[in-house]
Amino acid sequence: MRLKSLIKVSLAAVFVAGGAFASGLGDPDKGEKIFRKCASCHEVGQGAINRIGPQLNGLFGRTAGAMPDMQYSKNMIRMGDDGLIWTVETLDAYVENPRALVSKTRMSFRGIKDPQERADLLAYLRRFSDDPANIPEAEPTATGTDHDLDPAILALEGDPEYGEYLASECQTCHQASGANDGIPGISNWPTEDFVVAMHAYKRKLRPHPVMQMMAGRLNDEEIAALAAYFKDLE
Amino acid sequence: MTLNRRIFLGTGAAVAATIAAPTVFAAGHGKPHVVVVGGGAGGATAARYIAKDSKGEVAVTLIEPSRQYYTCFFSNLYLGGFKEMDDLGHSYGGIAAGGVNVVHDWVTGVDRDAKTVALAGGGSVPYDKLILSPGIDFVDGAVEGWNLMAQNAMPHAYKGGSQTELLKAQLMAMPEGGTFAMVAPPNPYRCPPGPYERVSMVAHFLKANNPTAKIIVADPKAKFSKQSLFQEGWANHYEGMIDWIGEDFGGGNVSVDPDAMTVTIDGEVTNVDVCNVIPAMKAGRIAELAGVTDGNWAPVNAADMSTKADPDIYVLGDAAQQGDMPKSGYSANSQAKVCANAVRGALTGSRVFPAKFSNTCWSLIDTNDGVKVGATYEATDEKIAKVDGFISATGETAELRKATYEESEGWYTGITKDMFGA
Ligand SMILES: Cc1cc2nc3c(=O)[nH]c(=O)nc-3n(C[C@H](O)[C@H](O)[C@H](O)COP(=O)(O)OP(=O)(O)OC[C@H]3O[C@@H](n4cnc5c(N)ncnc54)[C@H](O)[C@@H]3O)c2cc1C
Ligand code: HEC
Ligand code: HEC
Repeated sequence: MRLKSLIKVSLAAVFVAGGAFASGLGDPDKGEKIFRKCASCHEVGQGAINRIGPQLNGLFGRTAGAMPDMQYSKNMIRMGDDGLIWTVETLDAYVENPRALVSKTRMSFRGIKDPQERADLLAYLRRFSDDPANIPEAEPTATGTDHDLDPAILALEGDPEYGEYLASECQTCHQASGANDGIPGISNWPTEDFVVAMHAYKRKLRPHPVMQMMAGRLNDEEIAALAAYFKDLE
Repeated sequence: MTLNRRIFLGTGAAVAATIAAPTVFAAGHGKPHVVVVGGGAGGATAARYIAKDSKGEVAVTLIEPSRQYYTCFFSNLYLGGFKEMDDLGHSYGGIAAGGVNVVHDWVTGVDRDAKTVALAGGGSVPYDKLILSPGIDFVDGAVEGWNLMAQNAMPHAYKGGSQTELLKAQLMAMPEGGTFAMVAPPNPYRCPPGPYERVSMVAHFLKANNPTAKIIVADPKAKFSKQSLFQEGWANHYEGMIDWIGEDFGGGNVSVDPDAMTVTIDGEVTNVDVCNVIPAMKAGRIAELAGVTDGNWAPVNAADMSTKADPDIYVLGDAAQQGDMPKSGYSANSQAKVCANAVRGALTGSRVFPAKFSNTCWSLIDTNDGVKVGATYEATDEKIAKVDGFISATGETAELRKATYEESEGWYTGITKDMFGA
């Protein structure tokens, strides 16, 4: 069981594995305090309504961007249409680095880097979800990938010449000019956002079959090379 | 220089390309020279990438008879009324501006010993490396009763431009409650979902303009690309309008009479008002004339698209027999980039990276009801081999289908910019 072994790993060294997969171990009471970071924009619990951000009841198993009367960003709606469902995995990725999962999300929040804090927060939010699929151990399809990117991956120095060659494959769909005529532009992105977004497709946190397939066969060096090339493409 | 008067003069920058032309013909002495035959999905991409990436180190000549390339991709959407003919036309000005010497002529032969290609307009052009991307021609006698002389009465509309317009005109002129017939091609052929997207778009047009009309499809195949997606869509949007007759029901036993406008399927004669005959295909004839074909297609090495017959001749796109990739514009574009990288490396010593290929084919079933199928591929010693793939599912939400359609619009703009430059 990949999941079980992950939990063990994170017990031993919390900083290696995505803490939220140890959410069985997340402490909802601690999470309640962490939720204060969210409460300026989000309500949860009885009578919660949409405020700056959508209300967060019944969040687990919910499609992204689906609350009626809430004005979402274009990209959040796109991700929902593509099939992004809030699960312990996707929420963990979103709360860690919102923009890396949903580019240009309207949620102006830097993210929570500490996996244990995220695990506690999600344990708290699960109190307001009655969907049994919210319990990762009961989710047979849980892939249990550890999505925290190894800092070594982010530190990789990309080879822009290789990046240019690899990018030619992307430019069948993503215009070099960065224009969006139905497929988003990806030129001139900060390297880190680019790398994290590509790994999010590779790990199937971001939905979308084409991009999961394209990213799925790129290794860490190739993703770094692409990031190095696209960063300077105006 | 007998060639000069045919050299394309489209934009200011194209003039610069003309001035550079004399060095082009000094092959062997000056810069290495690549000749690309056919300015379609494969050829246009290869020419543009070699010129762009070699930054003037390689001279590139593109030979293509038409001044305007009309894409086959999205031509079904034109039949359905979603696109205008003008949306599908692209000129070579951007390619010329990118430093490619664009010659509007027809290549009539290849002399592999002298390493020259002969032009219909007279004269010949020397090459160090020759890239052929001539698309398809039709196999003679593939559909009983049909030949190229009959293509006005019974259009194939499987090459872009006038044939597509003709089919649309016939569709619009169909009598109320009339019959549209399609003779579908056997494998392998360009754009596996193409005939079935066409059936969908014809049905979309008829539903709005001639709702009692009928569509029959005679198909020599027992199954076809994205079959369950199309059949689900046909049942949902065009109930009772489309009759698909596959191999099991005699769909392969077909003949046509273009004078009488009849189609005979498994012995049964039907009067039809429009008949779209899509015959069996083979590589564009120039591949055969160059002596690089084996049977109907040109076998190539997966790593760089060079032909098995001649290491200095490369074949891209529909004409190539490469392995697992479908014959599509996307595939041709993908193969062209791998080939461009390898050719430039061979001629200038620039870095050659491992071949990576991919393909995605979108099809529109009805307004905002888009589906797709795609895969990635790698080069093995034997062929281009599939690595991974995906396909849209039946029963997807309307939102996802709409997003898929919008994505195909993005792809069309993306690939045409990628082929022809900004
Ligand atoms: C109805 C339809 C729908 C399609 N839809 C899609 C789709 O949605 N997505 C997709 O990816 N693909 C699609 N395709 C397939 C796509 O059009 C082809 O696979 C693609 O064009 C192949 O590229 P190519 O370079 O091999 O040939 P082409 O694009 O056909 O280019 C060949 C060029 O070579 C020139 N030529 C030929 N012989 C000579 C010669 N002797 N000398 C000089 N020039 C010559 C021709 O004039 C032509 O311009 C569709 C095709 C059809 C018919
Ligand atoms: C500054 C305001 C703000 C803060 C702080 C904030 N959010 Fe958000 N949140 C938003 C907005 C706005 C959206 C809608 C985003 C969009 O449309 O792209 C959103 C969306 C979301 C969604 C997606 C919900 C849906 O319906 O798809 C989740 C989950 C979420 N936030 C969780 C959190 C959590 C957990 C925190 C605290 C760690 C937090 N947010 C902090 C404003 C905020
Ligand atoms: C077949 C078309 C296609 C190809 C090829 C393709 N992409 Fe994409 N890409 C898309 C689509 C469609 C989206 C929007 C996906 C979504 O909704 O999540 C996208 C999204 C992205 C995003 C996120 C953009 C955002 O704003 O959220 C990045 C980054 C990206 N692609 C990078 C790449 C790279 C790098 C390559 C080449 C290795 C590539 N893509 C190849 C179609 C493609």
